[in-house]
Amino acid sequence: MEIFDIFLLEAVLNGILLGGLLALLSLGLNLIFGVIDVVWICYAELIMVGMYAVWLLHAKYAWPLLLAMAAGIALVALLGAVMHQLVIRPVMSAEPINQLLVTGGVLFFLQAAATLAFGIEFRNIGVRMPPIAIGEMSFSLPRIIAFGVAVAGVAATWLFLSRTYMGTAIRAISQDRQIMPLMGVDANRIFVVTSAIGGALAGLGGCLLVLQYDIHPAIGLSFGPITFLICVLGGLGNMLGGLVAAFIFAQFISVGGFFFHIEWGYVIAFAFFIAVMFWRPQGILARRQ
Amino acid sequence: MKALAWVGLALLAAVPLTGIGNYPLHLVIMCLLWGYVYTSWSIMGRLGMVSFGHGAFFGIGAYAVVMLWNHFGLSPWIGAVAGVLLSALVAVVIGLPCFRFKIVGHYFALVTLALSEVTRLVIVALRDQTGGSLGTTPNTALAQGNSWSFAALQFSDKTVWFYAILAVWLAGLWVWARVDRSMTRLALEAISQEEDAAASIGINVTRSKLFVTLISAVMTSVGGVLYAQYQLYINPETVSGIGISLQMVFGVIAGGMFVMLGPTVGAVFTLLLAEGLRLALGDNFKDFPALDLAVYGALLVLFIIYMPKGILGAALDRLRRRAPPAVPTPAPAPR
Repeated sequence: MEIFDIFLLEAVLNGILLGGLLALLSLGLNLIFGVIDVVWICYAELIMVGMYAVWLLHAKYAWPLLLAMAAGIALVALLGAVMHQLVIRPVMSAEPINQLLVTGGVLFFLQAAATLAFGIEFRNIGVRMPPIAIGEMSFSLPRIIAFGVAVAGVAATWLFLSRTYMGTAIRAISQDRQIMPLMGVDANRIFVVTSAIGGALAGLGGCLLVLQYDIHPAIGLSFGPITFLICVLGGLGNMLGGLVAAFIFAQFISVGGFFFHIEWGYVIAFAFFIAVMFWRPQGILARRQ
Repeated sequence: MKALAWVGLALLAAVPLTGIGNYPLHLVIMCLLWGYVYTSWSIMGRLGMVSFGHGAFFGIGAYAVVMLWNHFGLSPWIGAVAGVLLSALVAVVIGLPCFRFKIVGHYFALVTLALSEVTRLVIVALRDQTGGSLGTTPNTALAQGNSWSFAALQFSDKTVWFYAILAVWLAGLWVWARVDRSMTRLALEAISQEEDAAASIGINVTRSKLFVTLISAVMTSVGGVLYAQYQLYINPETVSGIGISLQMVFGVIAGGMFVMLGPTVGAVFTLLLAEGLRLALGDNFKDFPALDLAVYGALLVLFIIYMPKGILGAALDRLRRRAPPAVPTPAPAPR
């Protein structure tokens, strides 16, 4: 029984580590939705682009890892801005569902482009880190690093939004998209900046994932659904809700996977999501109307 | 117009008689099968319920029939009924609360997306029975030189499959047309414009939506049964999950969501694109894996931005503008 509890504790702690990472992944998507009111179905594919960029620069062209990561983040940030200008901007006034679908087209495109460029082989950057043992529990170092960086990334985004002029503008436009342009704000510029920040967060997420997982063109499909569901569970656009939801989801996956099989952890998490949607369609932290 | 349709149908039915060979016939069959599945999706999709969860119904149909056959020796005819009933049950369990609690738009799309992922993960997790991600194959009933088995729904002759799937496709179009002419369609169009206003004039929102969802789910699951029996190989990624669900949505959008043959045109277009590139690149095709998908993805983006009515929808609009018909055209379907 003693051993059992130690392993359960390990699963819970691993869940917290995973939660930090999921919180970062969903933050960018949530920010974009909150400000631009468009769900990027292809968000996980941007994360994949970041992972491939780090792999290409570090493993193939032998750049130092941190430099490769910085370049990867910059690349995905640029991609986010380009994506807004080329894909989202033309459909800003279209039906909401068309906006959702157009990003689905981007999903197909990025996934296929990755297959075209890198093949379907699994790639990894070849960085191996020893596990860290605490008592009888052991934790993987990349997970701990990912947790720390993710928390720092979330905090930095928070500070940016609350302390800077641009952040204030972004928060203002997320509260009322109609009125701000009337007050002389160039809404599209704010949208492009937001998309770039969302892209940078995806790039950062990619840098952290690439330390733990192999890369392949379909990897977005394994992180994508869970990222959207976290955002919806927290209430689309509600960033605090998204953070809470990320940790709840991570516990379901980690502890559920401890008691059963890892897929059952996901099944329980998704079933929980569906149930919560019926109970609180506006997200767990939404005020009751 | 009616005569033209009959001629077209006769020509289509004559396709196997022309001896075009197995591979081209296979492509035609796939066009019809996907055309049918996309049509099933569009029955609810065009009425404002964009589901990302139809992979669930397709996968339930495919896996129910193969699991019951392989593990219990139950004929696929029984398996198909079981799969359809299970899909209908799932559709009610998800649909009823969604419609009652007014989960629409993005939220409906994402809830159904969770449903299709749950289905995929359950199939993978039951790997001892389903074979997990490696997929599974129905036990063959065609030993000892048999070329067909009606009870096992297995035919080695593609011509049989062609006519079977042609019939199902026609049935799908018939259902589409019936729903198109029904009061429920009008009710649902009103609902998709303004749900509260529709409810206030006495439309039973939940019942109308559930009715169409059930039809769509049941038809999609029949598609899954046919796919499993025709391909004789299924795996969780190709019959369920987000990938196949998005494939259905985008096939319909490419072809045109608001016209009867739009989904079929979408299916034909997708296949022609892949085959066209294969022919154009010849032996080099295998050096460019997924090139067709990359082109397809880029085209989808362009379609949604510049041609939201899809290929067939846009083509019909153009025809109509060139030759104004004597009778006034009905109001354009809402986007």
